[in-house]
Amino acid sequence: MIMGASQTGDDSPLVEVRDLTVTFPARSRHPAFTALNGVTFDIARGETLGLVGQSGSGKTTTGRAVLQLQKISRGSVKLHGRELTAMRADELRRMRRHMQFVLQNPYSSLHPRMTIAQTLTEPLIVHQAVTPARYRERVAELLELVSMDPAIMDRYPHEFSGGQRQRIVIARALAVNPDFVVCDEPVSALDVRTQAQIVSLLHSLQEKLKLSYLFIAHDLAIVHEVCRKVAVMYRGEIVEKGSVSQVYDNPTHPYTQMLFDSAPVLDPSLQRQRLRMPPPEPATLAAGHPDSACAFGEIHAVSSTPAWHEVAPGHGVSCRYRPA
Amino acid sequence: MTASDPILSVRDLTARIVSRKQIVDAVKGVSFDIARGEAVGFVGESGCGKSVTARAIMRLAPEGTRVELGGSVHFDGQELLPMSEAAMRDVRGRRIAMVFQDPMTSLNPVITVGAQIDDILRRHTGLSGRAARARTVELLDQVGIPAPAQRADDYPHQFSGGMRQRVLIAIAISCDPDLLIADEPTTALDVTVQAQILRLLLRLREERGMSLMLITHDFGVVAGMVERVNVMYGGRIVEAASVDDIFRAPTHDYTRALLAAVPRLDRHGVAP
Repeated sequence: MIMGASQTGDDSPLVEVRDLTVTFPARSRHPAFTALNGVTFDIARGETLGLVGQSGSGKTTTGRAVLQLQKISRGSVKLHGRELTAMRADELRRMRRHMQFVLQNPYSSLHPRMTIAQTLTEPLIVHQAVTPARYRERVAELLELVSMDPAIMDRYPHEFSGGQRQRIVIARALAVNPDFVVCDEPVSALDVRTQAQIVSLLHSLQEKLKLSYLFIAHDLAIVHEVCRKVAVMYRGEIVEKGSVSQVYDNPTHPYTQMLFDSAPVLDPSLQRQRLRMPPPEPATLAAGHPDSACAFGEIHAVSSTPAWHEVAPGHGVSCRYRPA
Repeated sequence: MTASDPILSVRDLTARIVSRKQIVDAVKGVSFDIARGEAVGFVGESGCGKSVTARAIMRLAPEGTRVELGGSVHFDGQELLPMSEAAMRDVRGRRIAMVFQDPMTSLNPVITVGAQIDDILRRHTGLSGRAARARTVELLDQVGIPAPAQRADDYPHQFSGGMRQRVLIAIAISCDPDLLIADEPTTALDVTVQAQILRLLLRLREERGMSLMLITHDFGVVAGMVERVNVMYGGRIVEAASVDDIFRAPTHDYTRALLAAVPRLDRHGVAP
């Protein structure tokens, strides 16, 4: 069922995103707005890339642009080595079964008037994934996959807790056997103990099904538990990228440092001290100019290089957005 | 720290929520004190009764329901539960103020932020139009809103989530309350904005000697903010201790389970 492995070498990344840029055009009184600027990353098979940053930084737009749910202005997105941005609509529709979306709010992402079985059958019909005779069997399989009792399939969403609903949303994403799932704040609406259960479910599904995740979250601690690699977004750009240990042990971009300084610590006396320090103000970071020397002493307009610097193998940081 | 002079003293509080569909005993006998100037955290998962407890003190019912309250709520020498609704309205907002989680839905979208605060000031303090506006601008300035005189003429949708929460805090402190109840005040916000709001609450509390009841599911939020913590589960307080003791040596199994589930930055997980 899963294509791709035969089409490209197994060691090439499953998802390759290059220079992804999304600009919303100017409208009457609002000037044009660049929501994403030159976003570049890879996700290997079976790997998770965490995407962190404050709301409005472009995390969700990145997820939508990668899935071709958002029109892009420039750049390239490849899945299984195939370019998605230039694909015809019918071809893209066939590719959609390889890439799925899990959204934040399990209360609004399930149709209240549809039974669980109806919800889970819908993607099977759209993608003709199994024959109609096998629908209920497949729905039962999916519910078992997310550790829910198949007997509940004829019930409605309101009968379930937030954590159970998120399991159903995950089951729906997995219905067509995707290789790649964008999880947009999948646990931020849940209690901490439920969060831990969903995180462990995502882990076990990844192991079982060799899934790749783009895991979008504003919570640094969750990303730390879920991901091995992480990218930090600020004003539509990736400002730092590396393994979780590189970025968490040695945050190098001023915005990343601000994020870490803001996260509460579970130590009352330490946290009291932190709250007495001046508040983090991301707004004080200025973009910088390509005609002048950057924080690393390079003039990018002259060298015509991207505003990006490797500080360690696999650990990169942008020289844009520094304290003015 | 001492409970010798509590501004709020709650004893055996019960709350039964009666809606068209069902009857739920949401709070099943809760007792606690909050001293003058003290900050107390209430931590628990959704459905544990922490928000219903806070609303019971204000005698507010969740939308579409009626709440039957039992026990006693003693606030600054007055018993709140038997009080008339008119007298209660005077306590609400003026003596006890509340900040809710969702800054989107707590403001009227079609009225400017300044006009909403002016209105509250006129009703509660009897200030005239011009005096009310001057006080509104002063309040917006105190909660850290830049260019407060201009921003007062903006509508809620023109503010970011963090700025809207600041507006709600400005409304809450507008009548100089003795007790501020903050119910998940930073849950919808980013971590940098959360840090700013927590610092603001801490500063206002210290400047005004205000008591704070801080309700959250997040142990990280209470860590640096309160002196004592009550952990709630199933409509009851299952553990009550100083904030240092709760983090150092939680005694109840439920508290331990909650603390263990909090994802931490200093613990390397098993991520693929």
